[in-house]
Amino acid sequence: MLEQTLNSLSGFLPETVLIVSMVVCIILDLILRKKSAVVSVAGIIGIAVSGYFAWLQLGAKSILFSGMVVVDPYSVFFKLLIGLSTIFVIIFAMFSKEMKESTHKNEYVYLMTAMTLGAYLMASSVNMLMMYLSLETVSLSSYVLAGYTKKIKRSSESAMKYIIYGAASSGIMIYGISLLYGFTGTLNIYETSIFLSRLNPASEPVLIISLIMILAGFGYKISSVPFHFWTPDVYEGAPIPVTGFLAVTSSAAGFSVLIRFITNSFLAGNLVQNGQYVVIPGVNWKEIMIVLSVASMILGNFTAVWQSSVKRMLAYSSIAQGGYIMLGLTVANQQGVAAMLIYLMAYLFMNLGAFFVLILIANKLDTDELIGMKGLGYKAPVICVGMGVFMFALSGVPTTAGFIGKFYLFTALIESKLVWLALVGLMNAVVSLFFYIKVLKYMFLMKPEEGNTQKLKFGAGAYIVMFALVIPTMVFGIYFTPLVRLAEYSISMFGFR
Amino acid sequence: MEIGLTHYLVLGAILFGLGLFAMISRRNAILVLMGIELILNAANINLVAFSRYNGLGVDGQVVSIFVIILAVAEAAIALGIVLNLYNNFATVDIDEANTMKD
Repeated sequence: MLEQTLNSLSGFLPETVLIVSMVVCIILDLILRKKSAVVSVAGIIGIAVSGYFAWLQLGAKSILFSGMVVVDPYSVFFKLLIGLSTIFVIIFAMFSKEMKESTHKNEYVYLMTAMTLGAYLMASSVNMLMMYLSLETVSLSSYVLAGYTKKIKRSSESAMKYIIYGAASSGIMIYGISLLYGFTGTLNIYETSIFLSRLNPASEPVLIISLIMILAGFGYKISSVPFHFWTPDVYEGAPIPVTGFLAVTSSAAGFSVLIRFITNSFLAGNLVQNGQYVVIPGVNWKEIMIVLSVASMILGNFTAVWQSSVKRMLAYSSIAQGGYIMLGLTVANQQGVAAMLIYLMAYLFMNLGAFFVLILIANKLDTDELIGMKGLGYKAPVICVGMGVFMFALSGVPTTAGFIGKFYLFTALIESKLVWLALVGLMNAVVSLFFYIKVLKYMFLMKPEEGNTQKLKFGAGAYIVMFALVIPTMVFGIYFTPLVRLAEYSISMFGFR
Repeated sequence: MEIGLTHYLVLGAILFGLGLFAMISRRNAILVLMGIELILNAANINLVAFSRYNGLGVDGQVVSIFVIILAVAEAAIALGIVLNLYNNFATVDIDEANTMKD
């Protein structure tokens, strides 16, 4: 037991680095006693080093801590994605005026490092207890971060709403886990699958009930309908860097644990035949996924059309994007999961980019309303062109990364004879184009108000960070082979071929 | 009559239902949080009862200890957030503290 734990530590290096860097950040914050970029830089370096160690693990497959977490290419892919997006979010926070003006010093750095640790564990846990714990690790820090600017009314309100919905759905999730544990007698997802495949037929109602209850916990993390109620208010009230974190990192982590849970536990004895997951009869989660994904796409896209705040519009858009990503699970094969990974990587750059431009605009204008962006294209042309790229990418226009993501998802659907679902997705993409273009309409086709045509100036750093997001968004739209290779390599999970 | 697994499961289900009801019907943030505690404890009862009566070792009991710890952490953070909400809005009613609308 002890020996195994000690042996596991070498595979646990990325997480250990994160813990150390979190402690270092806390100590630095105590020593410096004022707002300082040093702590942020220390946090970024810590996450980058842990990402490097995660990269070194690519190709390894091992099981750590008596079947609690595993190291496999799938978890490494998500660790890289999560680490990269957290680095971007910490950089965003250094730019954001909201974060600078808050009464806190540098707490957000170690809160975000702690969330990264939780998200790493979410990507690699194979035990339901570990899944629940890591999900809560991410949640507890994000409740605090949502109310980070505590003097601002809407921030404190959003934190309140977030913790109520979050605690409720994780409570429902642990109740579902307790039912599944009682039925199968194990918490390990592979043993669950072995147990379920022995049942013939496995049409126990308790299985469906517990699956739906567990999905409540995961669905809240990825803000899927019907667990999405917190999303618009929290996104609107939280500081923009935190919103970016919730939209990208935390939802990517939610997807990682959802995919692993559902494609490992509710399968017939870990069987994968020709890349197709063999779903146990009786619990057909494919249909549940179709319902969730179609509902998310339709509600997200059609509600986003009416929003006057860009931040709130992006909240509904991220519900819809979650719906698109979930399409990859409805086909229940490895091709679909690979498409999800490709989409998540594209989603990182385009969505974080949109939030970064929003931070730059909000710094200057103190608003995230559409009305405030009238004629901004004349005042800050470069930033607005960048916003244009991100908006087109989010709606899935060709030559952007968003197109590649949608292309692979829809291809997976069509090859599995789910043409109608691909058509629903395509129709939603058309609707989404309407509200994404609306932002550009306000920026470029409307004249700025009289006497307010001064050019806005941004530092060189802002442009560098923006181009660090624009360039991958464009490049992955044209040269996407490495991304696709990595995603296809990464879908091999522990226990699978 | 001997007390068996079913009794504990029924107790857990009742607690879960009460917690869900408290969450939906109460407007006071503190009472909503109490509803969430009830749900977590319902899960605890289930876990302990299953591991005791189905002869599953101590797995379920270990999980329930973790759940208790998490409930404490969650309550601490939630009370901090409620306090902050009270400072800003002078109320802990979640319907009154609602400035963001569609």
